[in-house]
Amino acid sequence: MKRFIRTYLFSLDHKMIGKQYLITGLLMSLVGGYLAYVFRHQLAWPGSPVPGYGMVGPDQYNGFVTMHGTIMVFWVAMPILLSGFGNYLLPLMIGARDMAFPRLNMLSYWTFFLSTVVLITSFFVPGGPASGGWTSYPPLSDQPGFTGVFWGGHLWILAVALEFTSMLMGGINFLTTTLALRAKGMCLFRMPIFVWMENIASLLFMFSVGPLIAGAFMLLADRLVNTGFFMPSAGGDPLLFQHLFWFFGHPEVYVLLLPSLGILAEVFTVFSRKTLFGYRTIVYATLVAGVLSFVVWAHHQFISGMDPRLAAPFSVTTILISVPFAISLFSFIATLWGGSIEFTTAMLFAVGMLAEFMIGGVTGIFNGSAAADIYLHDTYFVVAHFHYTLFPVTFFGAFAGIYHWFPKMYGRFLNEKWGKVHFWVTALSFNVIFIPLFLLGLAGHQRRIFDPTVFDYLAKYQHLHVIATFAMITMLLGQIPFIANFIISIYKGRLADRNPWKGTTLEWVAPSPPGHGNFENDPVVHRGPYDYSLPGRDREWVSQTEE
Amino acid sequence: MKIAEANENQVPLWRLGVWWFLGSEIVVFGGLLACYTLYRFHHPEWGMEAAHTLSWVGAINTVVLLTSSLTMILAHERVEQCDLSGAVKFLGITILLGLLFLSFKGYEYHHEISNGLLPSKSLFWSFYYLMTGLHGLHVVGGLIANGVVWQGLKKGKNPHRIESVGIYWHFVDVVWIYLFPLLYLASPGGAL
Repeated sequence: MKRFIRTYLFSLDHKMIGKQYLITGLLMSLVGGYLAYVFRHQLAWPGSPVPGYGMVGPDQYNGFVTMHGTIMVFWVAMPILLSGFGNYLLPLMIGARDMAFPRLNMLSYWTFFLSTVVLITSFFVPGGPASGGWTSYPPLSDQPGFTGVFWGGHLWILAVALEFTSMLMGGINFLTTTLALRAKGMCLFRMPIFVWMENIASLLFMFSVGPLIAGAFMLLADRLVNTGFFMPSAGGDPLLFQHLFWFFGHPEVYVLLLPSLGILAEVFTVFSRKTLFGYRTIVYATLVAGVLSFVVWAHHQFISGMDPRLAAPFSVTTILISVPFAISLFSFIATLWGGSIEFTTAMLFAVGMLAEFMIGGVTGIFNGSAAADIYLHDTYFVVAHFHYTLFPVTFFGAFAGIYHWFPKMYGRFLNEKWGKVHFWVTALSFNVIFIPLFLLGLAGHQRRIFDPTVFDYLAKYQHLHVIATFAMITMLLGQIPFIANFIISIYKGRLADRNPWKGTTLEWVAPSPPGHGNFENDPVVHRGPYDYSLPGRDREWVSQTEE
Repeated sequence: MKIAEANENQVPLWRLGVWWFLGSEIVVFGGLLACYTLYRFHHPEWGMEAAHTLSWVGAINTVVLLTSSLTMILAHERVEQCDLSGAVKFLGITILLGLLFLSFKGYEYHHEISNGLLPSKSLFWSFYYLMTGLHGLHVVGGLIANGVVWQGLKKGKNPHRIESVGIYWHFVDVVWIYLFPLLYLASPGGAL
């Protein structure tokens, strides 16, 4: 029993902590998906009882929309991409035996777990969960009287604060580990792109979240001790919260995107048997994008009532930030060019992520231009846009990573045939959900509307809601093969050796699954991370440890 | 087998960790100070409210906190000279000065609250209580860390930890250096 607790619960091993984050995140995605199912059912067939839930009232609807956003961003995307894969892979990839501060790492996971408990609790307190939107804008979130939610709002702030604390501890660990514990010969420009991305993401998080923590204190004070930081009646300003939120919120988008792009780089190189196109270019472009991400935030606030003279500069920086990302994405495409591509499930998800994310990126240009945004702001167009960015980044990225590194994590393969079923159902239904939402948005459908049928001009678009909801249910059902595959393969999957995909980076040098301490002998690095198809070699891949 | 081990000739792990931690702390206080300062430009009348703070107690507290930083440095110096009993003495003084700071701060709060200057009185007082309160919590956290290191020093264990708590203690000090003039001293007339 004691052994079980040391190994599976209070483990100091970065790999177990990574798995804990990964699995907690996956379980939370089921909660977030269930909420989406309930409110999408309400949108398609307003007023009819939802199978598996019952009647949805306007208050529950608001609460569910709020919690869906909160959970998917902070309790799914961040723990899976940043903490889950980061914890599991980062020490392996740089040839370290563990994180720099294993006990801090354990504390970070359990702080996160506590935040999860607090968040789930908020569903069951009187008044229900927070319902001021996932952005929690005051004055709606500021006075319990406005939403009728008292405890839920407090618990929301507490849960988010705990989650941020946990991620900050993780970030300190990532940065310190990368700076101090790299294997001999692993200079910075020999690190796999994934390691760069995790570190840049940690930096962005660390330097953007502070003002929002300050904002959360102010919001909590407004709710608890009747201060008026965000209340105009007391001399405060609700716009201030929007600035604090998006000063964090925009870098946060890249905190989620970068680890996912890191996964993409690893998967692309392995399954196209080519070196990464423009390694240094990608690193520099990402650093530039990271800096720029701190000066684009007000593009979320074009019609918030801020000084309209700010719209032009923020439009310009927003368009500007697409340049470094375009450089990175084209480099990834160029990596595929002329490669011997093998469409494993991981590769399908990675390519799918790139394709879908492009749609998200391009529709972002519409929203980023102040003129177009005046019409599009807060419509379903925006909803479709950010789902086209965040869904591929979170789920396609996570699935690519899971199918790719599952053999390392458990020593067994996931079933490829069911994996491909999983991919095609997910990818197709994803597009059928969100393309109709673009159309709804262009037709002027505002988001966060409980019952669209009360508006005459939306009546003729109701079928789009129905299509999206059917696709959404299909997508949820499409996850069943994945869940079954995941559980069965842990015990029954085909056995994998230490380097099943013939990869070059250090995690493939360790046994599958690696023991505590990772490597039998500390690896020594002699070359960059992606040496595939080198001329004059008898094998078409050369591990980083080979001379 | 030792799991975490830095290469030779490198910054020790704990020092890196402390600095990253401070980096994340700086943006929390930075965000608050920026909000306050922006508001302050728009509200010159806050100077009248600030006149109700007990600036002389704040001034004494500034001296107390700065002195505690000095004794922290002296404790660090003693550790480097391998004089652990001297270090125990100076770290003990640092802790006492920290407690003295909190006592004065408590006296101020008592004075203000009993005169009806509550956090909800006006936005100035909201900021005053939030910023000094958050700073006070950091002082408490620093005192706990100092206490742990002090206990260790008495038994001769982990003397190098004095540097970590020292860096943190100076940070808490520096935050106060910003808070004191911004909240207590900014003049009643005109903008900052």
